[in-house]
Amino acid sequence: MIEAVSSGTPDGAEAVPVPASPRSVVSLRDVTKRFSNGTLALSRMTMDIRKGEFVSLLGPSGCGKSTALRIIAGLGRASQGMVDWPASRIGRDGRPDADIGFVFQEPTLMPWKPVFDNAFLPLRLKGMGKGEVRDRVMGALETVGLKDFAKAYPRELSGGMRMRVSIARALVTDPKLLLMDEPFGALDEITRQKLNDDVLRLWSEKDLTVVFVTHSVFEAAYLSSRIAVMGARPGRVVADMLLPRPEGRERDEGFRSSDTYADLCRTVSQALVHAIAAPAAEDA
Amino acid sequence: MDMAIEPASTDETPGLGRSRLLRVAVPAIMLGLTLLAWEVYVRVNAVPPYILPAPSLVAQTLVKDWGTLYPALLVTLRITFSALILALIGGTLLAVLLVQSKWVELALYPYAVILQVTPIVAIAPLILVYVSSTQAAIMICAFLVAFFPILSNMVQGLKSVDHNLLNLYDLYGASRWQQLRLLKLPAALPYFMTGLKIGGGLSLIAAVVAEFAAGSAGAGSGLAFRLLEAQYRLNIPRLFAALVLLSATGVAIFALTSVVAWLSLRRWHESALAREN
Ligand SMILES: Nc1ncnc2c1ncn2[C@@H]1O[C@H](COP(=O)(O)OP(=O)(O)OP(=O)(O)O)[C@@H](O)[C@H]1O
Ligand SMILES: [Mg+2]
Repeated sequence: MIEAVSSGTPDGAEAVPVPASPRSVVSLRDVTKRFSNGTLALSRMTMDIRKGEFVSLLGPSGCGKSTALRIIAGLGRASQGMVDWPASRIGRDGRPDADIGFVFQEPTLMPWKPVFDNAFLPLRLKGMGKGEVRDRVMGALETVGLKDFAKAYPRELSGGMRMRVSIARALVTDPKLLLMDEPFGALDEITRQKLNDDVLRLWSEKDLTVVFVTHSVFEAAYLSSRIAVMGARPGRVVADMLLPRPEGRERDEGFRSSDTYADLCRTVSQALVHAIAAPAAEDA
Repeated sequence: MDMAIEPASTDETPGLGRSRLLRVAVPAIMLGLTLLAWEVYVRVNAVPPYILPAPSLVAQTLVKDWGTLYPALLVTLRITFSALILALIGGTLLAVLLVQSKWVELALYPYAVILQVTPIVAIAPLILVYVSSTQAAIMICAFLVAFFPILSNMVQGLKSVDHNLLNLYDLYGASRWQQLRLLKLPAALPYFMTGLKIGGGLSLIAAVVAEFAAGSAGAGSGLAFRLLEAQYRLNIPRLFAALVLLSATGVAIFALTSVVAWLSLRRWHESALAREN
């Protein structure tokens, strides 16, 4: 069921046998990030994200998951190494023309704008008028179940609803690549499970590629088609596991209580324990 | 029948109505009592009006001297509000300029600070020398005083934008102008409102102080001059009447700026929202 594909293999990306869609959306090559205060957040991280994958970045706190995600999104520059977009053109500002949706760890909404305007923002920044894309924005809100709250202000919503607005905003441009940074970290278990299912549904319906940062072994095992376990100090990918899903992309309550899921969680958990124990020198 | 109606009327509403009534009634009654005590004190002790006029005499004077006081009030109001509006525009524009680059800020901020920390009464004579129109000079003084709190609040506000929101705008390739108009300026609005409230009060104070310094006379003089004039002539009731007008103006400016702040922030900012748990 689970293949541990590359563990400490240099240049792991080429060695991975990829069954479904071999086309990389984005690939990191030896990406190193050192902050101005000297912290080495990422060290020679190499990874390919392929079209249609649901990749979870799993790792202990402070191992550089957010840093890696921001670099993928072009929000931070790598100190060394490169981020390649094989399938997209790179614009004048150094950004790929690939549509990226980004969901931050916090909802990150503009409190002075109602829900509709918050979700409309990415289109507005691209110069589109409110009238011409009203249906599109309402569609995105409907996807996350907030159609009736279009006129509400973020203050008037619960934490989970705000997070869903933020997801609707990320989806409104119909991105090909969705980057999510611990989006459900602060939510209760029930809401979290519901949003997990929502994201999975979107992933299968819209043919998204998702990179999902999480702390939670259970969440990673439930959602992913692939889990990259990261080690800390310095941050790098320690284990890269493919989780083939022959039964299709669906997950449900039945799966949550199945033995398959329990096994999966145990394996992932062991990989994480191994990752935390792994000496950093191994990579150097 | 009675029983059926009871529950509806014991709802929260009457209690709420009563508390709202009390909110207005308590300060109003308190004010009335103070004035009454003042009136009684003056009459019982037969205090001469040139020492302390009774409230009733002040009110009469206000009506009697309205022809002199009203034009002066208009002058003071015009100076105060034009100074405030100029300070709002100037403070905001300069703040936007300052946050564009660290170098611009380093180069310009010291001047703003120097202008602010130098007492206005000390600059007023100089401005009066340079500017031939007294009213314009007074307005410049009021502007200088109101300008700084607006500037420093706006600079702070424009810099306090959530970094993740800035990242979001970057991600979607927002232009600098879009970032300023759609993100930084709205995010700075609560700070702008603080600047407005402080600046509104200060511009009135500065308009009065500058007019004291100018000591101008004639048709174009404001309330401060009428106040000084009444003092020279020992017309204490009129002095009190001018004082009442100045206080009322201050209260009105405070109320106006508070309402503006509340209206613009009530839907989203903590400062204007009732805490509901
Ligand atoms: N702006 C910064 N300046 C300096 N060091 C930073 C900065 N941001 C992150 N770091 C450091 O880089 C390392 C990785 O941080 P990062 O936020 O990527 O961790 P993370 O894996 O996302 O952790 P968490 O799961 O707790 O969110 C940490 O050691 C952190 O101290
Ligand atoms: Mg993080």
